[in-house]
Amino acid sequence: MVNSHTLSKYTLLRGQEEKSVIQSFTASVDRKFISVMSLSSDGCVYETLIPVYPTDPEENQRVVSSLLLRAVVSGSAPSGVALTVLDRDHVAVLGSPLSASKECLSVWNIKFQTLQTSKELPQGTSGQLWYYGENLLMLHGQSLTVIPYKCEVSSLAGALGKLKHSHDPGIQVMPPFVNWEASQGDGLGSQHAEQPRRILRRRKIEVSSQPAVPPSKQLLTTIMKDSEKHIEMELRKFLAVKTPDFHAIVGDLVTGLLGRCQVEPSFCPRNCLVQLIQTHVLSYSLCPGLMEMAVKKTDVQLLQLCLQRFPDIPESVTCACLKIFLSIGDDSLHQAEIDMESVFDYGDSVQGDNVAAPVDVLQNGFSPEGDTCLSCCQEVPAKPQDAAAATPTCPVTPQRAALLNAILHSGYSEAFLLPHLKDIPAQHITLFLKYLYFLYLKCSENATMTLPGIHPPTLNQILDWICLLLDANFTVVVMIPEAKRLLISLYKFVKSQISVYSELNKIEVSFRELQKLNQEKNNRGLYSIEVLELF
Amino acid sequence: MGEFKVHRVRFFNYVPSGIRCVAYNNQSNRLAVSRTDGTVEIYNLSANYFQEKFFPGHESRATEALCWTEGQRLFSAGLNGEIVEYDLQALNVKYAMDAFGGPIWSMTASPSGSQLLVGCEDGSVKLFQITPDKIQFERNFDRQKSRILSLSWHPSGTHIAAGSIDYISVFDVKSGSAIHKMIVDRQYMGVSKRKCIVWGVAFLSDGTVISVDSAGKVQFWDSATGTLVKSHPIANADVLSIAVADQEDSFVVGTAEGTVFHFQLVSVTSNSSEKQWVRTKPFQHHTHDVRTVAHSPTALISGGTDTHLVIRPLMEKVEVKNYDAALRKITFPHRCLISCSKKRQLLLFQFAHHLELWRLGSTVATGKNGDILPLSKNADHLLHLKTKGPENIICSCISSCGSWIAYSTASRFFLYRLNYEHDNISLKRVSKMPAFLRSALQILFSEDSKKLFVASNQGSLHVIQLLEGSFKHLHAFQPQSGTVEAMCLLAVSPDGNWLAASGTSAGVHVYNVKQLKLHCTVPAYNFPVTALAIAPNTNNLVIAHSDQQVFEYSIPDKQYTEWSRAVQKQGFHHLWLQRDTPITHIGFHSKRPMHILLHDAYMFCIIDKSLPLPNDKTLLYNPLPPTSESDVVRRRTAHAFKISKIYKPLLFMELLDEGTLVAVERPLDDIIAQLPPPIKKKKFGT
Repeated sequence: MVNSHTLSKYTLLRGQEEKSVIQSFTASVDRKFISVMSLSSDGCVYETLIPVYPTDPEENQRVVSSLLLRAVVSGSAPSGVALTVLDRDHVAVLGSPLSASKECLSVWNIKFQTLQTSKELPQGTSGQLWYYGENLLMLHGQSLTVIPYKCEVSSLAGALGKLKHSHDPGIQVMPPFVNWEASQGDGLGSQHAEQPRRILRRRKIEVSSQPAVPPSKQLLTTIMKDSEKHIEMELRKFLAVKTPDFHAIVGDLVTGLLGRCQVEPSFCPRNCLVQLIQTHVLSYSLCPGLMEMAVKKTDVQLLQLCLQRFPDIPESVTCACLKIFLSIGDDSLHQAEIDMESVFDYGDSVQGDNVAAPVDVLQNGFSPEGDTCLSCCQEVPAKPQDAAAATPTCPVTPQRAALLNAILHSGYSEAFLLPHLKDIPAQHITLFLKYLYFLYLKCSENATMTLPGIHPPTLNQILDWICLLLDANFTVVVMIPEAKRLLISLYKFVKSQISVYSELNKIEVSFRELQKLNQEKNNRGLYSIEVLELF
Repeated sequence: MGEFKVHRVRFFNYVPSGIRCVAYNNQSNRLAVSRTDGTVEIYNLSANYFQEKFFPGHESRATEALCWTEGQRLFSAGLNGEIVEYDLQALNVKYAMDAFGGPIWSMTASPSGSQLLVGCEDGSVKLFQITPDKIQFERNFDRQKSRILSLSWHPSGTHIAAGSIDYISVFDVKSGSAIHKMIVDRQYMGVSKRKCIVWGVAFLSDGTVISVDSAGKVQFWDSATGTLVKSHPIANADVLSIAVADQEDSFVVGTAEGTVFHFQLVSVTSNSSEKQWVRTKPFQHHTHDVRTVAHSPTALISGGTDTHLVIRPLMEKVEVKNYDAALRKITFPHRCLISCSKKRQLLLFQFAHHLELWRLGSTVATGKNGDILPLSKNADHLLHLKTKGPENIICSCISSCGSWIAYSTASRFFLYRLNYEHDNISLKRVSKMPAFLRSALQILFSEDSKKLFVASNQGSLHVIQLLEGSFKHLHAFQPQSGTVEAMCLLAVSPDGNWLAASGTSAGVHVYNVKQLKLHCTVPAYNFPVTALAIAPNTNNLVIAHSDQQVFEYSIPDKQYTEWSRAVQKQGFHHLWLQRDTPITHIGFHSKRPMHILLHDAYMFCIIDKSLPLPNDKTLLYNPLPPTSESDVVRRRTAHAFKISKIYKPLLFMELLDEGTLVAVERPLDDIIAQLPPPIKKKKFGT
């Protein structure tokens, strides 16, 4: 993969942390980048991306490192620190945390900036750590300790509820999904975990004092009064037991939550809503306010979830979602936790991986503007013009693609959808058309006319939407030069497809004739004597 | 199990007649079906859709209308101008009465079932009073200009709607005068047709009249004001038939393009009381004109020129999702039209107006499973015997030795003696049949061809001794006092001692032919008998019922056999019970007493009573095991039912000798090829 005969030298550009010294580092190879992670003496983890195929190996190049995790270990560790990458989203760090003096091994989720687990190593370590075949190996005192550790798929639910990164101004505040049973057994013993546990006990006493009220009623009153965290906790308890009138109660709960949202603008029970939507019993008609609220707040994740789960979304709302999905900025998309199931790896999509990396850096606070440009500039020459023409590139980021796929999957009635589609601005229509055209081309690449992936949009859905968009906006689209080009290529492609199919039809007719001839041969006439053996 | 040489016969050129009318009776859950040749069939929808009765057709009696009245009496009317009542017990025509209005195009019974209304060629609508044993003309309604093609009563019985050419009339029953005349638009999609024929009308209790016409429209009229309320153009061809559910919440129409449309009364919005007729489901089960439709509480029934009777259950009305919820398509009669002479290898085919006698070919070659053997002699068409007169043949039979042929129409019984001299056949009719042998429902020769058994439609069974060129009436078993139920199925034991006869509902009677007296009666079972036969040597009577149960009853012991008890105890395999055509023939072989051969239209089965019975876990339909499979495995998986589905649709199958079978198939394609071409419809493009 990497040319072993060339030496490339890179100078690491560093920002404010000029004074700190790299204490430990590790590297992993992605498809196009070598990712070097380093643990500095200031206790922070930095990541540096180096392209696998350097543009000019002779020159000394400058790469930028970006902050990945802040202050995971104290810089003044007695016996040194160590860092190793477990998988795409997890790193293990050996060293003494800021709060404690004893050394410990901690596993961090870099995607969500959360501490996944940690283990104290009281007898001290040597600052060496390896990860091999789902086992963490390290020296602990006089012995080699092997800790089996398997990274779970990084998910919000899995990441939250563990110790939140204490010094994290950049990340948005998400009400954690607290898994109390697990954290009690874990013995993490963090201060954050202690506090709600006390609340739980207090609640328990209250609950036992008023047993006559049914749990759903009680939950509704909780929704009206209590804090988000507490509501979530109660909701979890409630959802664990399925009651007979579950459907109706879930509807009531959502209505209650939405009602409080309207009264209290600061109240944002997002996780509760996500949990409720995921029960699969909700529908649009059961809680019409939910999607309106999500549209208002441009909460794309919630909207995607609704589009996936609700069977009866009106066309106007679908179209409102489409507008948001097309107009929302890439930055806010990267922050949102979007279900990417329907998006396959578009492979050579330029914007896909490339844009995602710098933005990730951005949210952690540090990313000089110029350097982002540098990494872009490095990439662009690597893509020759003709290659772009031969293999289509995805015109949207995977996140946006996932959102648009949710739209493609949703049901609609043409007559009701068309008037709403006319309201979408022309450049967004063009973008969507481009994306649909790209999907169409991708579909046509294989014989089964399907897209790869777990739940991709079908060819019919794609073509229906192309037709719909053109029906609604043809007069507008035809005036835009860029869109005109797209239309022409779309027209050419469809025309070529039609000619292929007409040829196929001809072949089919010939085959049918052959089959008929064959049948006549097999036709045994009006009378025959045959041998039959019964077993 | 064994290897057979199978004579695979496809030259039985049988084409069922197209269906003209269907009438559903809610009380008895029976369906009357009339065909274009005048045949009327009664299907018992409760008994697995079994065709339990039929009335033979008549050339001049083309039925145009069929209806049930009070007390489950069945009437038909046709283009010969006669109203006919059928005797459902004796299975003959009770009487035919001329309405004196020219050809009758339509007939309907009043909601109470006590009056009958017919619409005639001369534009008259005639009201008949139904008396306990006849019908009596009461009066004429106002005469219209042209023929009355469709009629419908208002559920209260006060008004009727009559569809004619270009208009619909609404009559007041009391005064007999037309109170409204609603003109139907001739135009359809801008094209003016010459005439618009109102093929069907339906009067709803809210005063709405629904009409279907030759311009492809379904229209809703307000009978109080005589105005058109709504029009649904649904087809480019004629809409030929309409039937409304009793609840008036759904109706069904059939078109000349073979499509059946279901209309339902649904709320405009989810919780408003305002309701609207909406076309909900189209069904395309027919290729040709859907001449008639019926609406049972749970199913849509349709029939037409393509000869299929289609029963399409409405899934929302079916409570239990069992096999009754499946679509039924009935094409072939549930009775045997073929008899065979084992000794001479002859087949006698029964058509509506003639008989054909064929001799099977032969081969000297042998082969392995699936081989087609070269013929040393092809099959010969020996005889084509046309009937005299307009009546259809009811039943026919050839004796085992091949020297006797008998058949019967509704009024005459024919017996022929055949002489074979090398390749020549001479046929001689036995004359002077006794007066009581006028009409037979079933004819059977004894194995030794010395006796003839005839089931007459008065319920009596005649035993006739056959002599060279003449006959002698030996005995008549009279039906039990008080019953007049006709016997439709006969079976005689190979030794000639026992005769079993079964009607449509009562049990099977077994007579001792030697002593000429009733031996015993097999207990009655809930479902009608579809086939019956007596095994050689053991004299076990094997009875197949329409619910797919098979019983074996020992005649000498007057009880069910051990095997039959074992079968009943364990129950039949669920797949066996789910078959949707009845067993129409049972056969045996004298050298293999443990084997029973049964067949329906889609499979044949040889039951080997010595093998264990299959339970629901075992594979009923054995795929052919690979040759490499060891005998041990084969023996372990072997069970009593050896089923083959190679030959279908199978109309007849019989064991000729130990290793020879004859199978008569009638491929559907061959039938379709003989039907008139359907209306051409564009499949692609717009």
